[in-house]
Amino acid sequence: MEENVVLTARGITMTFPGVRALENVDFTLRRGEIHALMGENGAGKSTLIKCLTGINDFEAGEIHIAGIDGPVKNHSTRDAQSVGISTVYQEVNLCPNLSVAENLFIGREPMTAFHTIDRKAYNKRSQKIMDDLGISVDVTQNLENYSLAIQQMVAIARAVDMDCKVLILDEPTSSLDDEEVEKLFVLMRRLRDQGVGIIFVTHFLEQVYTVCDRITVLRDGHFVGEYPIAELPRVKLVAAMMGKNLDDLEEIGKDHTDNAASKELEISARGLSHTGTVKPFDLDIHKGEVVGVAGLLGSGRSELARAIYGADKASTGTLQVDGKTAKINQPIDAMHLGMGMLPDDRKAEGIIGDLSVRENMILALQAKQGMFKPLSRAKQEELVDEYIKLLQVKTAGKETLIKQLSGGNQQKVILGRWLITQPDFLILDEPTRGIDVGTKAEIQKLILKLAAEGKSILFISSEISEMLRTCSRMAIMRDGEKVDELDHDLTQESVMKAIAGGEQNND
Amino acid sequence: MTKKSLWRRLADSGLLLPIVSLLLVMAVNIVFDIVSGNNPFNFFMVTLQHTTSNGNVLYGRIIDVLNRGSEAAILAIGMTLVVSSSAGTDISVGSVMSLCASFCCMLLAGYGVSSTSTLAVPLIVGVLGGILMGALCGTFNGTLVAYFGIQPMVATLILYSAARAIGLLLCNDLIVYIRNGSFAFFGSFLGPIPTPIVITAVCIVVMSLLLRKSALGMYIQSVGINPRASRISGLNSRRIIFITYVICGLFAGIAGIVASSRITSADSNNIGLYLEMDAILAVALGGNSLGGGRFNLAGSIIGAYTIQAITTTLYALGVSTTQAPVFKAVIVILIVAMQSEPVKSYMKKRRLARTAKEGGAV
Repeated sequence: MEENVVLTARGITMTFPGVRALENVDFTLRRGEIHALMGENGAGKSTLIKCLTGINDFEAGEIHIAGIDGPVKNHSTRDAQSVGISTVYQEVNLCPNLSVAENLFIGREPMTAFHTIDRKAYNKRSQKIMDDLGISVDVTQNLENYSLAIQQMVAIARAVDMDCKVLILDEPTSSLDDEEVEKLFVLMRRLRDQGVGIIFVTHFLEQVYTVCDRITVLRDGHFVGEYPIAELPRVKLVAAMMGKNLDDLEEIGKDHTDNAASKELEISARGLSHTGTVKPFDLDIHKGEVVGVAGLLGSGRSELARAIYGADKASTGTLQVDGKTAKINQPIDAMHLGMGMLPDDRKAEGIIGDLSVRENMILALQAKQGMFKPLSRAKQEELVDEYIKLLQVKTAGKETLIKQLSGGNQQKVILGRWLITQPDFLILDEPTRGIDVGTKAEIQKLILKLAAEGKSILFISSEISEMLRTCSRMAIMRDGEKVDELDHDLTQESVMKAIAGGEQNND
Repeated sequence: MTKKSLWRRLADSGLLLPIVSLLLVMAVNIVFDIVSGNNPFNFFMVTLQHTTSNGNVLYGRIIDVLNRGSEAAILAIGMTLVVSSSAGTDISVGSVMSLCASFCCMLLAGYGVSSTSTLAVPLIVGVLGGILMGALCGTFNGTLVAYFGIQPMVATLILYSAARAIGLLLCNDLIVYIRNGSFAFFGSFLGPIPTPIVITAVCIVVMSLLLRKSALGMYIQSVGINPRASRISGLNSRRIIFITYVICGLFAGIAGIVASSRITSADSNNIGLYLEMDAILAVALGGNSLGGGRFNLAGSIIGAYTIQAITTTLYALGVSTTQAPVFKAVIVILIVAMQSEPVKSYMKKRRLARTAKEGGAV
């Protein structure tokens, strides 16, 4: 093993039933570097990581770790941790009902002389760890009292404190806002300088170029190449990931304002609110219009949509749909009025994991039709085939369980679920989160196409740039309140300023 | 493609292991019969025997399994749905059976009458009353679980402990005997076939049709897997959970009538005793996860008959009633272990290794 390499994987091959997930993949991680692992959905990033951490039992290939003779084969995350590989996933794998300190030391609690847990010691040590990392928390509080971002930081702190040589961060920034991401980067750089090798999996190209030193690209389970960051400009990276040159993102033009919405109102909300999450707001959406909702995470942007859709029943206000006053008590009422909602938390509110792709896709239409009017199997297959093709869902078959699909393909299935119902008004809450660049472009195009067909869309995203590409108007949310509405001069800067509010300037 | 069909299809449907378990129990019978010098297929022998009360009726060990297993099988239908939708079990079904039997007999005999040969109300009123009482209990359980969010075990614990006592209350603390031939019908014979078998078959067919001809099956599974996502997709998750408990109660009512009819009385303290556990076990033996979600009704029913087959086998082997549960436990451990994840993945690995060695495509 060459000098200062901490981990090498050679020729890793792994098959799932019917799919070759990894074929002869190499990966090299050096001491003190942040190494981006890039690829589209289903390229094999997660699979490779699971091979490193012992969750997947790979069939061929070898993994070597500095300081250990012979190939290492982990059979559990515990094995992986014992050889110095720690992982922090997108979904936080900690216990929300335990305190921050308990989470940090679970399974390795400091003991007193009487072999009881030394609470004082670990609370003190925990506080020091968190303070050192610049995270202000009370370590005796339960983890569930903190935001997802803090929980993620705790997970990283835990991993770091276990003397890891290799830290794997799998989509750690998906649910963080900009400031939190910056904090995370400070932490990552500090760890790098301490000599930890960090594997960083993300879909945000921006972030890769901000913190990473090196990039490894996978495509369709194959190793494409390893590049120092300076030698792989953005366009080439995208090209390497997709296996072709792509200007699609640029192609989605500014001309969307031309397919200007009609003057007819689809949705008209007056004083709508949901106690505790979103203050009373007014919102009009015309037919054929794409309206964006921008704001920081937790600003009430999802809650605004949920109040319209009845996912959280509105506490005050009135809603008119297509000119008629609507009474929405629960989602099915909204669906009968021609609405659909793709929720932001795909795992918790989107997919029905143990049902097949087919069942997941037809679920909403079936619910709309009612229990005693089942869609015939032939009709189901026809619809599902059509939308699998339209959305280019990569799946082994219609009867594959949706949980076996990659995140982006799961998202396409959920999108298909709503498109099948032929909605007049579609709420898309973070439809492109955790999705690769190519699919993002497809979804953005689809949004514009739906609008051109006269459908109204409420588009919520953390990426202002993608809303700029698609929306003609944007509602700005801050602290649970709709504070502004921008309909001309939409630029990254103007939107950022509106989100930040008068007294701040984010540039 | 065609070669793997039946075997693979069974394995994919999740029915393979439940069926193998049942076959295993039957194999024990065959071995036993061979060892004791009987016809090896004694277990499967069905003969016509003449009885004074019912004329020629079917007789044999397998008929006995089907007959005696009826109540557990009927309960298993409802239990499967409850487990699937709410990831919990309805532990009240045994007691509810008893309450339904008491209510039915009370209606037929009249309040306070301990023994009657003339019915106070038409038979159908008593029977439907008993079944409706089951549905009412299901409504109570369903309301607590679905609308009040009480954990299923706790919610159904209420009727588990109270239903028998309510039954006694209805019967004025008496064991009510219905000495009228028409009531005995549900526990005796329809032509040569034991009526409970026919009733069970009807229950299974009706439920299968309902699941197949409506979207109920998908709704239940969807809600059981992810109630929040189901709600966003337009399902009324609470109502669906509620419905499964009502159905479960309804079937407990039917099972109660059958059990009561067998002994032509409402023996509050014994009808359906511990039967809720058999029903839950049947669901588990059927390869269903007690964590809810996907369900396999056929598996549960096979599971119910497997339990009865074990009991019948043990009696045939001459194991005493008091010791039978011990042997039953051992067999159940074996079956459950066979279906457990580590054993399954070991078998899968072996299969993969074998196909790899043969060099054939998977």
